[in-house]
Amino acid sequence: MVDTPVLEAIGVSRHFDVSRPWLQRALNREPRRFLRAVDNVSFAVPRGTTLSLVGESGCGKSTVARLSVGLYEPTSGDIRFEGQDLAAARADSRLRRKMNMIFQDPYASLNPRWRVRDIVAEPIRAFALLSGDAAITARVGELLTQVGLAPADGEKYPHEFSGGQRQRISIARALSSAPDFLVCDEPTSALDVSVQAQILNLMRDLQARLNLTYLFISHNLAVVRHMSDALGVMYLGRIVELGPAETIFARPLHPYTRLLLEAIPDIERVGTPRTPVGGEVPSPIAPPPGCPFHPRCPLANDRCRSEKPAHIHVEGVDVACHAVQEGRV
Amino acid sequence: MLARFFDSDFFYSFRRNPVAMVSAAVVFMIIVSAVFSPWLAPHNPFDLASLNLLDSFKPPFFQADGELSYPLGTDDQGRDVLSAIMYGTRISLTVGVLAIAFAMVVGIGLGLLAGYAGGAVDALLMRIVDVQLSFPAILIALLVDGIARAALPREFHDRIQLWVLVVAIGIAQWPQFARTVRGSTMVERGREYVMAARVIGIPSVRIMLSHILPNVLGPVLVIATLNLGLAVLSEATLSFLGVGLPPTQPSLGTLIRIGNDFLFSGEWWVTIFPGLTLAVMVLSINLLGDWLRDALNPRLR
Amino acid sequence: MALLEVEDLRVEFPTRRGLLRALDGVSFQIEAGEILGVVGESGAGKSLTGAAIIGLLEPPGRIGAGQVRLNGERIDNLSPERMRRIRGKQIGAIFQDPLTTLNPLYSIGRQLTETMQTHMKLSDRDARERAIKWLEDVGIPAARERIEAYPHEFSGGMRQRVVIALALCAEPRLVIADEPTTALDVSIQAQIIALLKRITREHGTAVMLVTHDMGVIAETADHVAVMYAGRIAEIGPVRDVVRSPSHPYSEGLMGSIPSLVHRVDRLRQIDGAMPRLNAIPQGCAFNPRCPKVFDRCRQERPGLLPAGATRAACWLAEAGNG
Repeated sequence: MVDTPVLEAIGVSRHFDVSRPWLQRALNREPRRFLRAVDNVSFAVPRGTTLSLVGESGCGKSTVARLSVGLYEPTSGDIRFEGQDLAAARADSRLRRKMNMIFQDPYASLNPRWRVRDIVAEPIRAFALLSGDAAITARVGELLTQVGLAPADGEKYPHEFSGGQRQRISIARALSSAPDFLVCDEPTSALDVSVQAQILNLMRDLQARLNLTYLFISHNLAVVRHMSDALGVMYLGRIVELGPAETIFARPLHPYTRLLLEAIPDIERVGTPRTPVGGEVPSPIAPPPGCPFHPRCPLANDRCRSEKPAHIHVEGVDVACHAVQEGRV
Repeated sequence: MLARFFDSDFFYSFRRNPVAMVSAAVVFMIIVSAVFSPWLAPHNPFDLASLNLLDSFKPPFFQADGELSYPLGTDDQGRDVLSAIMYGTRISLTVGVLAIAFAMVVGIGLGLLAGYAGGAVDALLMRIVDVQLSFPAILIALLVDGIARAALPREFHDRIQLWVLVVAIGIAQWPQFARTVRGSTMVERGREYVMAARVIGIPSVRIMLSHILPNVLGPVLVIATLNLGLAVLSEATLSFLGVGLPPTQPSLGTLIRIGNDFLFSGEWWVTIFPGLTLAVMVLSINLLGDWLRDALNPRLR
Repeated sequence: MALLEVEDLRVEFPTRRGLLRALDGVSFQIEAGEILGVVGESGAGKSLTGAAIIGLLEPPGRIGAGQVRLNGERIDNLSPERMRRIRGKQIGAIFQDPLTTLNPLYSIGRQLTETMQTHMKLSDRDARERAIKWLEDVGIPAARERIEAYPHEFSGGMRQRVVIALALCAEPRLVIADEPTTALDVSIQAQIIALLKRITREHGTAVMLVTHDMGVIAETADHVAVMYAGRIAEIGPVRDVVRSPSHPYSEGLMGSIPSLVHRVDRLRQIDGAMPRLNAIPQGCAFNPRCPKVFDRCRQERPGLLPAGATRAACWLAEAGNG
């Protein structure tokens, strides 16, 4: 029997209405305007693995993260959690508690007016997983210990902790509902590198110990490489390349993936000059026609400028590129 | 807990600001003398038995005919002005505090709702706020009072006049609270801690009350303080205009109105002392509010 | 004589709980045309070092001891007015957020020409031509047409290019760039770094590049100073500090950076966190987290000692020499 993926997205799109207020629109005879934050995205996260989505700001990766836990509803397409429609799964508290989220900003993700013990206990109380203050206190202490803090830290307020410690609290809260699936939205990008290493190590230890499934969102390819089993590269709301992380890092196919890999400064490359690719990410409100990457792509031809590339399968990797399909790479 | 408060930056900024300390002392003194006026006041201005018309229009003690037993003089009925001020302040403060409490409850509730729900609910509530803010607060209070007078039987109306004032002033002031709370709520709603609560399915009302509310109270506290001064003034204005509290229940405004009749016949103290008390009280409350605003503003720290 | 000499610099903040030393005994030099990278974690004092040099410390912060010399002349004790003239003319500044540097009310052309005319004798026409040339130089397309545009009409990456032009247009000898690429996306980051490197090389400008991104430093800088708790932990040629660091902190820092080139099972991590300024331990500031700590580290503070090709503030370096 094939295990169903923990999370599966099938042709998911999410558009945001960014029109101006109707009065101004009516006066200036403007049409409504939509931002296609996520455009026809499909992926699956098998149990116990990590799928990372990587891309630059505005590529839609954080929107995918929020769609995956039901903070947004998709405009079209299906998201399935444990084989069930996500909205239905979230209506059932036994399934809802199996998903949780870790956020980017350790200074905004903890309510400054709450004690740490109440922050960590909130999911336990919300799902009535334990009853009685003593049992909850014991469990909170256990969770804090698990993420490398002391049970006594529960008495303090978030401002008494450093960024890395706050991220540990955030992880403890996410774990307190005993989830299977965690969406991690840039969990280390606000942290210093040595602290980032602590958090990444912790997350991998926890994954191994608790058999967690991660959807990991990041803009940092080196972090992604360290964490992922599978990798999706996003550009302007679309996944342009999706496949096993090692394959993509060893043999990037899409020109954008190559650009990203080329653009990352790396300490292994002391003094190596890079040849940066020019251009900037276009506005997702008015994306270019055809392949959204064509204005910056060194391989673009007429077909790329007019026709949106479909996903093709190349040795285990899904890629959306005419040049790859035509063998021009 | 107390030790932590005295060690806090908040208390430190208070200790470093002489204006705030003096204002706080003045406000504290006024509140104490108002709250405990039945025990602290030298006379009971409402005890008709103790009033003696022979004592009417005595000047304050520092003038030639003054007596120390009526330190700030007496009015046309022989009432001690100081005692009347203490009792009057009590009534003025009661109306002010209750009005602010009413405005706060309505304003916070609707502000939270508008900021959290957004969309049409927000648009509707904020248009109401806009419309109301385009009328002077005192006009709205007069309107509410007028409606109450027309709708309620006279006798009943007199008995509940204090509550009518509270509602009238409160209705005139809720939009400020609503607007501020809505703005802060919109900021907080986008914060990740609110998203964390939404992910685990905490109901919206509980998110508003237990997560967002404690984080938007700072600015509310500042507005409440600044508006308390305003509410006391509104009450005084209404009473001065004769639509406020009746002479049987004299507030500072009523005292000023009564005394106003004698201002030009030489008995200035009947109106000047209540007026001064009102001015000093409102000024101190406002200075305290200004300091509070700066102390709670993280950008000025 | 080096272009910039910083000697035993101390920056302190008086607080109600006593004096905090945010920088303590910081010494380094930058030669003309050299790029010195300054790395460290948040709160290590790297941005503060830049601010102290250009005289933009936020009060109540102040220079408590030490000297800053530009071309051999002290600039740490100048009046605000004289310091203002040195900024722009002799020292340019590039900050993380271009919007704080650019005036939203003036066109970029006006900002460039005003900066140049403040520090150089130029006619209006010459200043304008130079401004256009600078914009072309930093890679603004259609510079002649866009010179009248306002900052908000540019994207983030383009704005940072304008800021670089603005920092360099008066041809300063030294540029202090504080996290110039942190707010930008990686593909744009690469463009800006390449630009900064090319332009400063062409003009022989020295650069102090402050960043938390070790990768950027590795690619750009000639020398690198690693800062920790307001002190320099190690300083030396970038290759040596990155490949064979001598200070246990730099060693841990390099090991904790995930690599694109090869994957490891576990990243090296330094346990604990950098101490707060009011709780810097006696002796070496790193001693509570150091895997190689010994008695002397807890009592005596090490100065910068020669350690191979670099200099490290570590007693082990002395032992190695002895």
